[in-house]
Amino acid sequence: MTTPAIPEGVKRCPTRQFTLWLAVVGAVLLWGVYAMFLIWYKGLNQTGMNDAYGFALWIWADLAVIALGGGAFFSGFLTYIIGKKELKSIINYAVIIGFICYSSALLILALDIGQPLRGWFIFWHANVHSMLTEVAFCLSCYFAVLTIEFIPLVLENPKLDRIPFLHHLSHNLHEVMAVFAATGVFLSFFHQGSLGGVAGVLYGRPFAFREGLLIWPWTFFLFTWSAAAVGPCFTMLVTWLTEKITQKKLVRPEAFQLLAKISGWMLLTYMIAKIADTWYWAAVTAPSKGFSLMDFYSSNPVYGIWILIAELVICGIVPALILITRKGRENKPLLVTAAILAVLGVCINRWVMVLQVMAAPLLPFQDWYMYMPTWQEVATTILPVAYGAILISLAHRYLPVFPHEKELNPGQ
Amino acid sequence: MTQQPQHTKTKRYGMVIDLDKCTGCGACMVACYAENNVPFRQDESDKMRSLNWIRVMKVDNGKPFPDTQVCYIPMPCMQCDGQHMQGHSPCVSVCPAVATDYDQTTGIVSQIYTRCFGCRYCMAACPYHARKFNWWDPKWPADMEKYLNPDVSARMRGVVEKCSFCYHRYQKARDKAYVEGREELHEDEYQTACAQACPTNAITFGDLHNPEHSVYSRSRSKTAFRLLERLNTNPKVYYLSSKSWVRRKADNYLEGENFEQIREKARKAAATH
Repeated sequence: MTTPAIPEGVKRCPTRQFTLWLAVVGAVLLWGVYAMFLIWYKGLNQTGMNDAYGFALWIWADLAVIALGGGAFFSGFLTYIIGKKELKSIINYAVIIGFICYSSALLILALDIGQPLRGWFIFWHANVHSMLTEVAFCLSCYFAVLTIEFIPLVLENPKLDRIPFLHHLSHNLHEVMAVFAATGVFLSFFHQGSLGGVAGVLYGRPFAFREGLLIWPWTFFLFTWSAAAVGPCFTMLVTWLTEKITQKKLVRPEAFQLLAKISGWMLLTYMIAKIADTWYWAAVTAPSKGFSLMDFYSSNPVYGIWILIAELVICGIVPALILITRKGRENKPLLVTAAILAVLGVCINRWVMVLQVMAAPLLPFQDWYMYMPTWQEVATTILPVAYGAILISLAHRYLPVFPHEKELNPGQ
Repeated sequence: MTQQPQHTKTKRYGMVIDLDKCTGCGACMVACYAENNVPFRQDESDKMRSLNWIRVMKVDNGKPFPDTQVCYIPMPCMQCDGQHMQGHSPCVSVCPAVATDYDQTTGIVSQIYTRCFGCRYCMAACPYHARKFNWWDPKWPADMEKYLNPDVSARMRGVVEKCSFCYHRYQKARDKAYVEGREELHEDEYQTACAQACPTNAITFGDLHNPEHSVYSRSRSKTAFRLLERLNTNPKVYYLSSKSWVRRKADNYLEGENFEQIREKARKAAATH
C-alpha cells in the first residue's frame, strides 16, 4: 500500500500490521519506562549494585552500545573522507543505528547517576584529569553531530520534502555532510578512547590497569580500534536482520562486501594489538603488582579462562579470518556468523573491562564479588532495544533510508 | 592539584594501627557512626550496602585448630597520596566533577557531598572499598536526630561518602589555634573519633611529617606496613604487626617472591618521603 508519507516506489506493510508490530514493541518499551520511573523515583537501591559493584550492567550496556554504534563514525569516515562510494548504499542506516546507540547510551547514563538532577555538574565542574569528563563532552558533542547527520534524512520524508525551506535545508546539509563526518570521526576517536581509558587508568585495579602512551593507557587506543572494527559488523548485522524481516533486498552486495572486508582487516589488526596487550599485561603489569594471570581467572563461579579464550579466539581471531577471506565474505551464512561473533567479542571485552574488574578481589583476605542485576536494571537495558526497533521501523517506513531499495526490488 | 601553598607548613596526617593491640571490639566503628552522622538502616544484614567509614575485617592464618590465629584489621579510608605522592590518589583524579578533593596542606582526601552526582567512578577506582554510596535517604530514629553532630553535614541519597579523618575536628583545632595566635597544632588537639575511642590505644593519629608526633616513629617501625603497597597508592594508614602471616596478608605476592624483602623495600621508600 502507498500513502503520501511513504517514499515513492517502495512497498510497505499494511498500516494494521505495522500498528500491531509497534504495539508489541511498545509494550516492551513501556515495561522499560516503568522500571526507569522506579529508578528515578526510588533511587539506585532498585538495582542489584552495591558498594563493591559501583559499575555494573548499565555501564557495560553503555560501553557496548557505543562500541556497536561505532559503525556510524567509521562508515562516515570511509564514505565521506576516504571516498568509498559503494557505502552510500548503507551510510544512512549506519547513521540511524549510531543515533539509536548514542541516544540509548545517554539515557542509560542519566539513569546510572545517583543524583540525576546534578548530571550537568560533569560539564559545569569538569575535572580535566578525569576520563569520564572526556567521555561526557565528546559523547554529547558526537550525539549532536549524529543528530545533524540524521536531520537531512528525516527531511527527505515525502511530506516534509514538499516544503521548500525544508527541501533546501536538507539539500544544503547534504552538501556539507563531509564536514560533520570529519567532526564525528575526531570526536569518536576521543570518546571511544576515553571509554577505554575509564578502566585503563584505574591503577588501583590491576585487572583493568594498563600502561600507555603519555596520558592515555593502551585501552584508550584498543577501544577506538575495536569500535571501528566491530561497529560496521553490527551495522551489517542489523541490515541483514532488517532484510530478513522485510523480505527485501535493501543494500547492494558490494557495500556489504566492502564493509566486511575492511571490518575484517580492522578486526585482525585489532586482535594482534589486543593479544600483545594481554600478553604484556599478564607477563609484566599484573606480576609487578603481585598477581599472576590465573589469579584473575580462578576461584570464582563465573570468570574462568574460557572468557579470555572466547573473547580473543572464538569471537576475535575466528571472525577476523572469515571476514578477510573472499570465500568467507561471499558466503552469507558465514558472513553473518562472523558478524555475530565479532559483536559478541566486543561485548565480552566491554563486560570484562567493567564487571570482571569489579568482581576480582584485591586484598588476599577478600573473596570474589558477585553481582546479579534486578529486573529494573534488565528492563531498562532492554528498553533501548525496543526504542531502537521502533525508531528503525518508523525510519524504514517513512524515510528513504536505503537509496537503492527501488533498484534492488524491481518487482515491487 | 600539585600546587604547594606558601603560607603554611605542609602536614601529612596519617594513622598507625597496631594490630597486635586490636581486639576487634568495634568501638572505632561506633564512635565514627556517632561523630560523622553516618546513617544506618533497621535491617543492616546486607553488608555490601552498609554505610561505614571504618570497618573491622577479620582475618585468620588459614590453619586448623589448634594453630588458628585471628587478626582484626580496622580499615578506614587509606587517604592515599597517590602515585608520585602528588595527590593523584586513585579516587581524586577520576572524579569527573571535582567532588573528591586532595588537600595539599594536610594530605587529607575529602568528599564534597553537594558536588557529587553519584557516578561512583571513585568507588570503582578505590582498591580498598573505602567509599560508600548512599543507596537510601538517611533516616534516624526520631530522638536520635537531636544527637546528630552539628559540625558534620548529613548526606543525601545518591551521593558517595567516606572517612574524612574527622576533618571538621581539624578545622575546629585550626580555628582555636588561630585565635590563640599559633600556626602549629599540638598532637592531642586534632585526633580522630576512632583513635580516641579505641580502648586499647591501638589507633594512633597525627602528622607523619612531625617527629614530635607518635605516628612519625611508629610508621617507620620495622613491623610497619600498608595495605596493597605494590599498587603505588601510597596510603597514609599504616599497620603494625609482629606476626609475619599478618604482614603477608596485606598485599599480593607471586609464588617464590620474598615478601618481607619487597615489603622492607617499600617501607624504606615510604620513610624517605
